[in-house]
Formats: sequence, C-alpha cells, structure tokens
Amino acid sequence: MSQYTTDYAAIDEYDSGSITIISQDNKKNYVFSNMFEVAATAKPYERVAIAKNFEYVIESVRAEGTSPWYSAAHDEFAVAMDYPVTVELVKLDDPDAVVDPESEGAVRLAGDPAGKKMGTIKLGRGHMALLPVGAAYRFTAEKPATLMVQTIDGPETVHKWAEICQQ
Amino acid sequence: MAMKEDIGDTMISNPRGLPLEAHYKVDPADNVTGYKAFEAGKFGFRRDEYFAYISTPKGTHTMSVDAFLRALMRDVAWGFFYGTVNFDPVFGTTNFYGEVDMFYGALNEAYTSEGRDYVERFRADELMAIFKEMVSDWTNEGFDPFAAPRETGVPWGTKNGDNDDAVSRQRVTARRMVGMPGDTPLRTDASGFPVNTMFDDVAQDQPEVHAEPGFEAEVQAFNLFGYLSRSDVTWNPSVCSVVKDSLFCPTTEEYILPVEHGNDRCEWFIQLSDQITWNIKDGVTGRPKAVVAMKAGDVACMPADIRHQGFSPKRSMLLVWENGSPKVPDLIREGKAPNVSVQF
Repeated sequence: MSQYTTDYAAIDEYDSGSITIISQDNKKNYVFSNMFEVAATAKPYERVAIAKNFEYVIESVRAEGTSPWYSAAHDEFAVAMDYPVTVELVKLDDPDAVVDPESEGAVRLAGDPAGKKMGTIKLGRGHMALLPVGAAYRFTAEKPATLMVQTIDGPETVHKWAEICQQ
Repeated sequence: MAMKEDIGDTMISNPRGLPLEAHYKVDPADNVTGYKAFEAGKFGFRRDEYFAYISTPKGTHTMSVDAFLRALMRDVAWGFFYGTVNFDPVFGTTNFYGEVDMFYGALNEAYTSEGRDYVERFRADELMAIFKEMVSDWTNEGFDPFAAPRETGVPWGTKNGDNDDAVSRQRVTARRMVGMPGDTPLRTDASGFPVNTMFDDVAQDQPEVHAEPGFEAEVQAFNLFGYLSRSDVTWNPSVCSVVKDSLFCPTTEEYILPVEHGNDRCEWFIQLSDQITWNIKDGVTGRPKAVVAMKAGDVACMPADIRHQGFSPKRSMLLVWENGSPKVPDLIREGKAPNVSVQF
C-alpha cells in the first residue's frame, strides 16, 4: 500500500482554502471559489462560471438526473470531478440550424436533437470527454456529481461571482 | 510549457525603449570546474561547484546553482513564458514576445530606489540559444532540473557528464485533446511514463467509450488524472485540451515553483488534487501582498500585476488555465488587458 494519499474533494465532501492579505490587496482580486461548493449549492445542470478570461469560461456544473440537450459552435470539454457521469452524443443533421455557427458558448436545445447517435461515454473521477462541434450532448448522473466544463461564455453560463467567491 | 507556438503578427512592446544587444560569447570550459562561461550583452554567467554568478555593470548576483538551474530550465522550456520569470527576487527575464528584457534588480524596490538595477534587451531566439547551451553545459549527469528534489541527483560539484535527455524534453502541446487519433498520445508504462510514487493511489482506469460505427474518431475521452499521475516533470504546464485560444494546461507540482512568475495577464489556477500555498508579491516592487492556500476544487485568479510562487508539500495536480490569444499582447501594450478578470 502506498505511503501517500492523493487528496481529492467531492460535491459532498470539500474543504475550501483561504486567502490571507499581507498588504495593499483585496481578496476579491483572486476571484476565489471552490467548484464543489458551487456545484453543491447549484440547481441541477446550472452552468456556473468559476473562471473567466475574456470570452472564455470554466463552468462548474451540478450533474443530477438527466440534463437538457446542449450544443455549441465549437468544441467543449467536460471533466468528471467526483462521481460517475454519462455523456450521450448525437451528430446533428443540420448543426447550423441548431446553433448559429458564429455563436459562442453552449446553447440549450428545445427538445431532442435530430441526428444520428454517435455513442456514449461513461466518465469516472478525473476523466475528460470531448464534446465535439457539430454534436448535441446531454449528461446523466444517478447521484449528484460535479462536472468541470471548458467552454466559452454563452447563454447558458450563469454568473454569480458575489455569491460564490470569498470576500 | 503552456504557450502557443505562434503568437501572431503583433507589434513588439518595448516599454523601457532599450536597444537590442547583439553580443554573445561562450568561453571555453574552466580548467578547474570544467564548466563553460557565457556572455549576453554585458551580462556574464559562470558557475562553480555550488553557485551561479551573474555579473552586470551594476554588480554581481550569486544564486545556488540548484535554484538557478531549476529556474533556467523553466525559462527555456516555457519559451520565456507569459510576462516575467523571476529566477529569484533579483535576476530574471521579461518576455515581450519576440524580444526579451534581461534584468538585475529591476523588479526589486531596494535595487531600483538606489539605482542599482540594470536591464538589457535581446532577440528572444538569440538569448534562448545561449540559455539552452548554458542549461546543457551546467547540468551534470544524474541531475534533472525538471524533477522534484527527492527523485533526482544533485547539481553540485565539478563538471560530470550531462543530462541532455532531461533538459531537452519535448513539451506536450495537444492540438485538440490528449489521446485523440493523431494528437498527443497517452502516457503508459510502455512509453516510459510510470505512475509517480506520490500518485500510486490514482485510478488508472479509462472511461467507458461506446462509439457507434463511423463516429470512433469523435467519441473520445481519456483519464486526465491518470495521465497527470504519470507526468515525469514538475511545474511544467502542458496543453491537454483546446477551445480556440482557451488552453487547459494541467501540471503536477511538488516542492517549490523554481521561479516567481510575474504575470502580464490574468492566469487561473484550479487545484485538482491535494494543496498548494502561493506567496503573492507585487509584480514591480516585490513587496508581499497575500498568501493564497488552495485545496482540491479551489479556483483562483492570479491578477495581472503580481508575481507568485507555489509550495506543494506532496505532488499535486494543478490545472493552469491560459488564454493564448495573440490579441492579448496588443491589449497589454494598449493597457486594455484587465488586472483582474472578474469584477463583482
């Protein structure tokens, strides 16, 4: 047995760090949050921005039950951070009719997507999946889980920095 | 390293208005120590059994050669990185993306207030050539400046062979995602990447991928944590997934970040496992500003006007998130890049 233990956290077990100001600084400058705490207090599949750099964002998503279908005009990536999450992928027959090809960020589909089933991916802790451009995707999680999504700020991205960040 | 190879066709900023230096020289190996000495402009570099000496017209700076080589290795591997690489509170380089300022005391208020600071400017490719030759010559057999102290030999003593395999590692830069067909491959025992001892408990299973016929190339996933557990370097972010200019650059960290990285843009850290404590100082003066302690799941932005140095007591997984857009240097030069990514 290893003498080392890798310390993870989860939606039901997390412990946030801290900021100590030494001089002439402000905790808000560090936009400091904990993705598991964000997911623990979010609604299912609320896509909460936890990091933003110009137009790009990282979202923390509470996966619970089955999500709506989403698509985007660019690749996105999802990482399962604690518990299993299944990804379903559908190749859209007409992606441009579903998502403006010039748009950015994930778009929620009104109903089921029209297209061929591409496959499924069952993610465990630390597994990353491609959410490819031109596809629709949805998530399923039997118990609450945390997803980290690499994407662009879009209509589904929720900004509530004052609620989630240390001040 | 996390930078994109191509930074686009942008103007090169030169805030100090410095001329380009063109003098470079490599002196023969010293009769006693066996190490070569180097000159770039009026900066001189030599080492002996324990120390690196950096001479300038304003004074000579001494560093432990252990710390110097670890810092030099990052400066080389990161292509001078984004912003400033402070080897320590006195010496370092600032990247202007095509040209580089090399400084002595210029970002230390004690030196600048007394006029003891000194700066010269170089073409990045020319200074990089000297730095690469220096790290190759000064690194002895058995010492790996990328490795944590517990897993490598020592840098001390007179010239004793080299470790060019270690100091010339090819960086990982996935074009779309690690593990995809034609992209950066997964790490395995067979490819020379065993699981690090401190990550023995990291699961090595792969996602269950069920692709319908014809969609095998697009239904893709991999075990990111398992991939990181097999990293053979520390403090060396590598691109693992790409959304346009959004670069996920995870890395494994142990012991101390060998440099104080001075940001010129906002940089995000997402602690994936374990913990790291960051000492934050003012980017210009070096005055301490804050201590940021990050645990698993914590997310923090490093403002664009600070320098930071991390301390990781156990090997940890850190996601460094960069915006590699070629427009960012222009925005920095025009003063349009924010110091803090989010106002709330």
